[in-house]
Amino acid sequence: MSLRTFKQGIHPEYFKALSSEKPIKRLSLPKKVIIPLSQHTGAPCKALVEKKEKVEIGQKIGEADTFISAPVHSSVTGTVKSVDKQPHPILGSFDAVAIETDENAKEKEWKKGHIQLEKITPDEVRKKVREAGIVGLGGAAFPTSVKLSPPKEKPIDTVILNGCECEPYLSADHRIMLEQALDCIQGLKIIMKTVSAAKGIVAIEANKIDAFDVISEKTRNEKNISVELVEVKYPEGAEKMLIWALLKREVPAGGLPMDVGAVVHNVGTAVSIAEALRDGKPLIERVVTVTGNGVNNPGNFIVPIGTSFNDVIEAAGGLKDNAAKVIMGGPLMGIAQANLQAPVVKGTSGILVLTEDEVDITPEINCIRCGRCVDHCPMFLVPAELIKFVKGETWERLEEYHIMDCIECGCCTFVCPSRIPLVQYIKLGKLTLRKIKTKKG
Amino acid sequence: MREKLILSISPHQKEKVDTPKVMRGVIYALMPAVIASIYFFKVKAFLLIVVCITGAVVSEAIFQKLRRKPVTVYDGSALLTGLLLALVLPPSLPLWAAFLGAVMAIVLGKQIYGGLGQNIFNPALIGRAFLMAAFPVMLTTWVKPGFDAISAATPLSVFKFDHGVTSTLFLFVGNTGGSLGETSAIALIIGAIFLLVKKYMDWRIPFTYIGTVAVLSSILFLIKPAQYASPLFHLFAGGLMLGALFMATDPATTPITKKGRYMFGVGCGILVVIIRNWGGLPEGVMYSILLMNAFTPLINRYTIPVQFGGRKK
Repeated sequence: MSLRTFKQGIHPEYFKALSSEKPIKRLSLPKKVIIPLSQHTGAPCKALVEKKEKVEIGQKIGEADTFISAPVHSSVTGTVKSVDKQPHPILGSFDAVAIETDENAKEKEWKKGHIQLEKITPDEVRKKVREAGIVGLGGAAFPTSVKLSPPKEKPIDTVILNGCECEPYLSADHRIMLEQALDCIQGLKIIMKTVSAAKGIVAIEANKIDAFDVISEKTRNEKNISVELVEVKYPEGAEKMLIWALLKREVPAGGLPMDVGAVVHNVGTAVSIAEALRDGKPLIERVVTVTGNGVNNPGNFIVPIGTSFNDVIEAAGGLKDNAAKVIMGGPLMGIAQANLQAPVVKGTSGILVLTEDEVDITPEINCIRCGRCVDHCPMFLVPAELIKFVKGETWERLEEYHIMDCIECGCCTFVCPSRIPLVQYIKLGKLTLRKIKTKKG
Repeated sequence: MREKLILSISPHQKEKVDTPKVMRGVIYALMPAVIASIYFFKVKAFLLIVVCITGAVVSEAIFQKLRRKPVTVYDGSALLTGLLLALVLPPSLPLWAAFLGAVMAIVLGKQIYGGLGQNIFNPALIGRAFLMAAFPVMLTTWVKPGFDAISAATPLSVFKFDHGVTSTLFLFVGNTGGSLGETSAIALIIGAIFLLVKKYMDWRIPFTYIGTVAVLSSILFLIKPAQYASPLFHLFAGGLMLGALFMATDPATTPITKKGRYMFGVGCGILVVIIRNWGGLPEGVMYSILLMNAFTPLINRYTIPVQFGGRKK
């Protein structure tokens, strides 16, 4: 049987076994957290607290009025130490609320209520999800309340719950599906109801058969929900690729999944939605995979947002002597970190530590025009030509070659035998093109 | 632990293949043909190969030194060019001419455009085209396999000018007159299979190229068997196998898009059949590839794939 998939893409080595068998462990409360005021795509929050103020666990400490944004909450009970620039794993540094945890602070027991699915209304869901600060936990951190508010002229018929986890090494979503299957399904049902979609699909890559079995078992009596195994291939979990694999619908260039009647949510996001509606729990912690050959005891942890990378890595046994690179996220789209004081944010799906000999910093050489990038690009672009125009600064040619449709998955760079950092050039090209356009008005 | 963490842009994981490795792969894949050429043409073949490789590598190093650019002879591409040139030369060619050809292949064929990957035409074929223009007699004087330089015609010229047919088995194994590397089809095919398995070579050009020649020559053969040679003869005689498997697959000078590679292969195939059957020369592989090389930028431009989501409804 051939599994559903998209065209082209790559088959990297996965290294999932380092952490995929390790049950999710709760990290003890850190002594200090740094809660950045921007942890999502969209407008940054304004701080609602001041220095020396006491804050409770789960208290909202930052908010913005804009539609595309998400508030932030304190993940501990303690005292605000400062509201100023702090290290940020994506932005380098950004305004953040630093909180010192009270000595006798305890974890909060979020009471488990019951959800009566029939009684909740879409508007209530949107409001609660927004208040809980929930964003897409797959990595892109797009505010979930926005995704739950499709315009009337774009009806949604299918909600896809994304359990592909196609990035090598990461196993957080895998563990969530195994250990929090019911919450995943509950979250999916809430999303389906909110966007009034008739159908739900849970998509799982074929290297997570155990998760497939668990979710299938738990959805046996759900007529509207199906569970689909998809091929193990990168970037299977990219939403455009996944929608095509499952529904054979092509999201138009420059468009969104809702243009083809679909919406994709990560499994972790679904769990957070279920928790927010049932227990009133805001997004103050998330599951993070700490893995790689450069860390002593790889595993999966529930980490309070704002915990420093150092604290999380310590919980996983600390760095090995030959650790050379620390990455937030997976190896293909993750961001290398310079400062391990940086905090875990809502989009931190993993912390990957590579060793000296795993880090490849071979300088780039001339493109030999082998076309491997063309053969593997899931968006059917011609990356080699794009970098030619970026290097030659012929910016006007870039649009002709559809540079804006690049999803920056890194397949081209992964396969390039001349070690050309194609994604980097493409990002530069996109940025310059945008600047030129704004200048022109 | 190290004092500072390494920073670089994603992706942080890469496939374990690089350009020098691909070049080495192609060189290994040519080994059966090299062995066959030395077996058939003895020391003449060996010396030609050594001289061509030396000429290519040395001229690349000198050229880069003169231009004050980093010397990149270790990437193996100059060695490969020299080797490929040797394989398309007649065994009786004087060594000084071969050396000159190798220098021209690198200087005129590659470095003048900016080096690796920048050239328009296949460098080895530029070297051969130069020799063909400068010393036409030397380039069309062929010898029989063996130690002695007994002159012989190639199967293609025997057919073209005398209408003689060479046994397909001879063509397949390689004990006929011809260039160093082109005589043994089997040796070339073994190397090509290695490249296909290793994914160092894309199948599209060789298959469409050879396929087009097979189809067109079959049609001609069916129409007028007395005048046109059999498709098997066309497939295994001359430089088709060497050209289709190792020259038309040079990444730098062939299209980058999949559709473009099909077009390239078909175009080469048509040109070979035209030149061999109605042209003034017995063989057309070299010119078919060089001509299609010239079309490559144009083909690339007009075969940009429709991007995902870009199809107009």
